[in-house]
Amino acid sequence: MVANNSQQALSITLRVWRQAGPDQPGKFVDYPAKDLSPHMSFLEMLDMVNDELTRKGEEPIAFAHDCREGICGTCSCTINGKPHGPGRGIATCQLYMRTFHDGDVIVVEPFRATAFPIVKDLVTDRSGFDKIMKSGGFITARAGSAPEANATLIPKENADLAMDAAACIGCGACVAACKNASAMLFVAAKVSHLGLLPQGEVERDRRVLAMVGTMEEQGFGNCTNYYECSAACPKLISHDFIARMNRDYLKASFRSAFQHASNSTGGGAG
Amino acid sequence: MSLVGNLFKSSIGRKFLMAATGVVLIGFVIGHLVGNLQVFQHPDHLNGYAQFLHNLGPWLWVARIVLIVAVAVHIWAATMLSLENKQARGAQPGVKLWIRASLASRAVRWTGYIVLAFLIYHLAHFTFGVAGKEHFKERLPGYLMTSDYRVAGFPVVKQGTEVLDVHSMVILGFQNPIVAVFYIIAVGLLSFHLLHGVDSLFQTFGLRSSRWSGALRKVAVVVCLAYFLGNLLIPGAVLIGAKGLREGYRGPGAHVAAAR
Amino acid sequence: MAKLESKTPPGPLADKWRKYKTDIKLINPANKRKYDVIVVGAGLAGSSAAATLAELGYKVKNFVFHDSPRRAHSIAAQGGINAAKNYQNDGDSVHRLFYDTIKGGDYRSREANVHRLAEVSVNIIDQCVAQGVPFAREYGGLLANRSFGGAQVSRTFYARGQTGQQLLLGAYSALMRMVGSGGVQLFTNSEMLDLVVIDGHAKGIIVRDLITGEISRHAADAVVLATGGYGNVFNLSTYARGSNTTAIWRAYKRRACFANPCYTQIHPTCIPVSGEYQSKLTLMSESLRNDGRIWVPKNKEDRLKDPNSIPEADRDYYLERMYPAFGNLCPRDIASRAAKRVCDEGRGVGTSGPGVYLDFSDAIRRLGENMVRERYGNLFDIYHEITGESAYQTPMRIYPAVHYTMGGLWVDYNLMSNLPGLFVLGEANFSDHGANRLGASALMQGLADGYFVVPYTVGNYLADQKPASRPSTDAPEFKAAEENVRSMTKQLLGNKGTQPVSHFHKRLGKIMWEYCGMARNTAGLRKALEELPKLREEFWASVNVPGSGEALNQSLEQAGRVADFIELGELMCLDALTREESCGGHFREEHQYPDGECKRDDENFAHVAAWEFQGPGKPPLLNKEPLAYESVKMSVRNYK
Repeated sequence: MVANNSQQALSITLRVWRQAGPDQPGKFVDYPAKDLSPHMSFLEMLDMVNDELTRKGEEPIAFAHDCREGICGTCSCTINGKPHGPGRGIATCQLYMRTFHDGDVIVVEPFRATAFPIVKDLVTDRSGFDKIMKSGGFITARAGSAPEANATLIPKENADLAMDAAACIGCGACVAACKNASAMLFVAAKVSHLGLLPQGEVERDRRVLAMVGTMEEQGFGNCTNYYECSAACPKLISHDFIARMNRDYLKASFRSAFQHASNSTGGGAG
Repeated sequence: MSLVGNLFKSSIGRKFLMAATGVVLIGFVIGHLVGNLQVFQHPDHLNGYAQFLHNLGPWLWVARIVLIVAVAVHIWAATMLSLENKQARGAQPGVKLWIRASLASRAVRWTGYIVLAFLIYHLAHFTFGVAGKEHFKERLPGYLMTSDYRVAGFPVVKQGTEVLDVHSMVILGFQNPIVAVFYIIAVGLLSFHLLHGVDSLFQTFGLRSSRWSGALRKVAVVVCLAYFLGNLLIPGAVLIGAKGLREGYRGPGAHVAAAR
Repeated sequence: MAKLESKTPPGPLADKWRKYKTDIKLINPANKRKYDVIVVGAGLAGSSAAATLAELGYKVKNFVFHDSPRRAHSIAAQGGINAAKNYQNDGDSVHRLFYDTIKGGDYRSREANVHRLAEVSVNIIDQCVAQGVPFAREYGGLLANRSFGGAQVSRTFYARGQTGQQLLLGAYSALMRMVGSGGVQLFTNSEMLDLVVIDGHAKGIIVRDLITGEISRHAADAVVLATGGYGNVFNLSTYARGSNTTAIWRAYKRRACFANPCYTQIHPTCIPVSGEYQSKLTLMSESLRNDGRIWVPKNKEDRLKDPNSIPEADRDYYLERMYPAFGNLCPRDIASRAAKRVCDEGRGVGTSGPGVYLDFSDAIRRLGENMVRERYGNLFDIYHEITGESAYQTPMRIYPAVHYTMGGLWVDYNLMSNLPGLFVLGEANFSDHGANRLGASALMQGLADGYFVVPYTVGNYLADQKPASRPSTDAPEFKAAEENVRSMTKQLLGNKGTQPVSHFHKRLGKIMWEYCGMARNTAGLRKALEELPKLREEFWASVNVPGSGEALNQSLEQAGRVADFIELGELMCLDALTREESCGGHFREEHQYPDGECKRDDENFAHVAAWEFQGPGKPPLLNKEPLAYESVKMSVRNYK
C-alpha cells in the first residue's frame, strides 16, 4: 500500500466485528472516525473511537494490545483481510493511519481460527499456543545445574539462524493468515530454534513429536504450503523452518520406531 | 504413537504420504508421457510398447496396484487434510486477502478434482473401452509388427507378431475435437497441479530452503511446462491434422470381417 | 511504625551470600510439596521464580494478567544483560560490576544486595545458555559481548536488539515445562486485586478473572510479587499499556512499605510525542548518539522551520557547548535534563510535542549513507515507520521519556517486605539500582532474583512455617479482602460518570511529567500535591466505566489501575518533596552544582525512604533505613 505522506487529517469508516461473548453471534458494525492525524497509530485511533463510545455510554470495542512496539505479540487484528493489516513485517500496533486514505472503509476483525475462539469483539483466546509450548517447547535445564556458558561452542551461523526462528512473538498471525488455520510456522519456529542449538539436541525427537501432537489436538489445521503464514508474520519468520520441522518430525518418527531402546523404566528420570 | 500411526494420523505424516505418493505418480505420468510420445514414431513403436507392457503379466498388475494404492492414498490424505482444514478454519464471515499464495497452490484442490475426473475418463477411454467404444483397441483390426520392438537392446516384441493397434486407437480418439480439447485442458490442469506438487514435496520432505527455492520453482515451472507441451503435442497434432492415421489402416469393421 | 531490618548477613561483603546459603534452614523434599507459593507476574523475575520454586518441589500458583506469560513487558528490553564473566579479558570482575552498579545508582542502593547481584550474574548467563537463549556469538563459537553506558568493560551479553525477549522466552519455556509437569498451576488473564494478610503474614491474594469477571480467593504459605514497575503513572512512557502498579499498590495499602517511589529513570532518546492521542513512547537506542549530533535552533522563531534550511550559525549544539568533554555522549540524566532545559526556553522543535534534533548529516557526509545505514538502518526504519520521516534526509526528532522506576516495595536481604511471607522481585522492589539504573542491569536483576535468590530465601522463610499450615480461604481476612475488591468494582461500574478512564490518565500523566518528571522543585511538587487529590476526587465523581463486571471489561481493568496510579502519584510527589537532595534520576532544581550536576546530601539523605500506609485520608508514615556503606566510599558521581 502506498503511504499517504500528507499531513492532512483523514476520516475513515471502521467496519468492526462486534461479538459480546464466545457463544454469541457476531456482526460487523460501522463506526465513523473523523479528523484523524496521519501520525496516529491504528490502535490509538481505536482508543479514540472507544473514548467516544464511552462518552456516549456505549460499550467500547474490546481489542488486545499491550507493548505497542511490536514485540509482545498481544495485538491481533485482521485489517482489510490481512492479519496485522497492510504493511510488511509489522504487528497491528506498528500500523499508522498514514497508510490509509481519506474516505477509506477499514474492515477490522479478530484473528480467526477455530483454535482461537473469540472471547469478545476483537479479542481471541490463543492459549492453544501455551499448551503447545508446555508439551515440549523447552530445553530441560534446572536452575543451578547449568554448565559454564562458553564450554559449548556454537557456530555463529547456527546461533544466528536459531535467533531468526526465536524472534517469533507468538501473536498467531500465521494461524489467522493460513487458509487452514495451521500453526505450523509457530511450532516450526520453536522446534527449529531449540533444535539448531546443541543444548536442544538431547530432547530433539521428544520435542518435535510432542509439540506437533499437541498442535493437532488443539485443532489447528494442516500445512498445504501456501506460505501465507510467513508473509503475514510480523517478524517475517521464514517457512523454511517448516521444512526443517517436517524433516525433524519424519526423522524422529522413524527413529522412534526403529532405534534400539532400553526396556528399563527405572532410574534417573525421576 | 507408532510409526504407522504417525504417518497416517499426524498432520506431517499424512503430508509425507501425499508427497511420497506424489513422487510415484509424477514418475508415472512422466514415464507414461514418454511412452506415448512414441506415437510420433513408426506405429511399431507405440504398438510394440503396448504389447510389451501387456506381456509383463503379473508385473503389470504389481505396477497397477502400486499406482492404484498411490492414487488412493493421495486422495485419502488430501480428503482428510482438507476436511480437517475446513474444520480448523471455521467460519470466515469477513474479508480474506491473499498475500503471496500462488494460484497453483490455491487451485490445487480444484485441479485435483478435475484430474481425478480426467483419470477416470482416460481409463474408460483407452484402458477399458467404456467411452469411445467404437475406436477401442480391441475392436480395431490387429496390427502386424513390421520390425522388432526393443527395450534396452533386447527384442521384446518380435517382427510379425499381431498386436493391438493402440496407435490407431489414439489417433481415432483424438480426431474427435471435443475429446481432444478435453484432454488438452485436463493435462493443462494436471501440469498446474504438479507445479504446486513438485514445489511442495520438497517442502514436505524438508529439503526446501530459500537458498534455492527460487531455482526449484523455476525447475518446477520448466518441468511442468515441458510436461504440458509434451501432452499437448499428441491431441494437438491430431486435432490440426498434422498427425493422421497410419498407412494401411483399414477401419474398425475390417478386424471383425477378417475374423469372420 | 514498620520494622525495617535489612537482615544483611554479617561478615565480609564478598562472603555474605555464600555464608547465607550455608546457614539457611532447609525443608526436606517430601515436605516441600506441602507448601503452596503464589507468584504474581510472569516477567523475567516472576516466571524464573515460579519455574525454579516448582523445580524445587513447592506447589506454585502463577498469576498473570496477560493472556500468556510470554507477553510480560520484560519482552521489550532491547540492549542486553550484564554479567561479570570477564570473557573479554578486559579486567572485569564481580567487584567491578558491583562497584559500577553502586556508583551508577548514585550511592542509594543496598551494598550487600548489589554485591549478590553481581555474584550471581555469571550464573544467569550459564543458565540462559543452557536453556537455549540464542545470544550473539563470535565466529569461533564463543559468546559475544558489547559495552554499555556507565562501564569501562565489555560485559553485556545480547541477542540482537531483542535480548529481553529472548531471556523472557527462556524463562517462559522453563515455566511452561513446570506447568506441563504439574509443578506450576498457571492462571492467565488473572489480575491480583488485593493481598490477604493474616496475623501480619502475607497468606493469599484476591484475583479477578479478566475474562469471566469471577473474583476468587487463593491462599498460600508465601506470596511472591513480581509485577514490574509503575512508570505508567506518567501515562506516556516506554512501558506497555497494561503495565501497572495495582499489585504492589494494594500490597502497600495492606501495610507493605513503599520505598523511594520518586526514583524514576528517564531515557534521553525517544521519539517525541506527536499529539494528544498518543498512547506510547518508543525508545530509540542510545547508540545513535555515537554518530548523531544533537541541536536546537538558536532562535525561537526557527523552531518550526525546515531544519535543513537553518544555517550552521543559527544552530545550538547545546550538549557540545555545555559539556565539551563528553558532548553528545554525556550520561543519560544529563542529556535528558539539557533537552528539557532548551525546550523550556521555547526552542524545542516539531509541530506538536517538544523535541530536539538528532542530526546525522555530518555522519552521512563523513561515513557515507551506506555506512550509516549499516550501523543504524533498523533504527532509522523504526523511526520512519512511526513518524513517516526519513532520518537520512532530515534530522530525527527525539525527546526524553520515562522508562524505568527504581523505587518499589521495600524488601530486606531476603527480598521479603516488612510483611513476612511477602516477597517482591525485579522492578517491583527497590533494592538494587539505587537512584539510577545502569543499562543492561534490569534484566540481570529480574533473573537473579527469580532463578538464584528467591528459591533460597523463600525456603528459609517457609522452614519456619509449619507444613500445610496455611489458612483456609474461609478466613475472615479473605472475606474482607474479597469484599474490598467487590465494593471497588461495584463503585466503578455504578459510577455512570461522563469521562472515559483515559481522560484521567492523561491528566495525571501531565501533572506528573510537569512537576515530578525530569526536574523537580518545591513549588512544583507542592502544586502537584494540591492537584492530585482534586484529580482523584474528580475521577471518582465522573469516571464512566461502561459494561459489566461479569465479562471481559477493559475499561474496568484500566479504571482500577488508574485509580491506583493517582494515589501513587501523590506518594511519589511527597517522596520527591521530602528528599531534599538530587541523586540519580531524582533531580531537585534547588540541589545542584553550578554545572547542573546532582548535589547529593549524604549527611541527611543516605537512607531508603520507606513509606507506610496509615489508612485512607491519612498522611503516610516515613520510615528510614540508613544505608551503611562498608566497602565502598561514597563520592561525587563524576562522568566529566
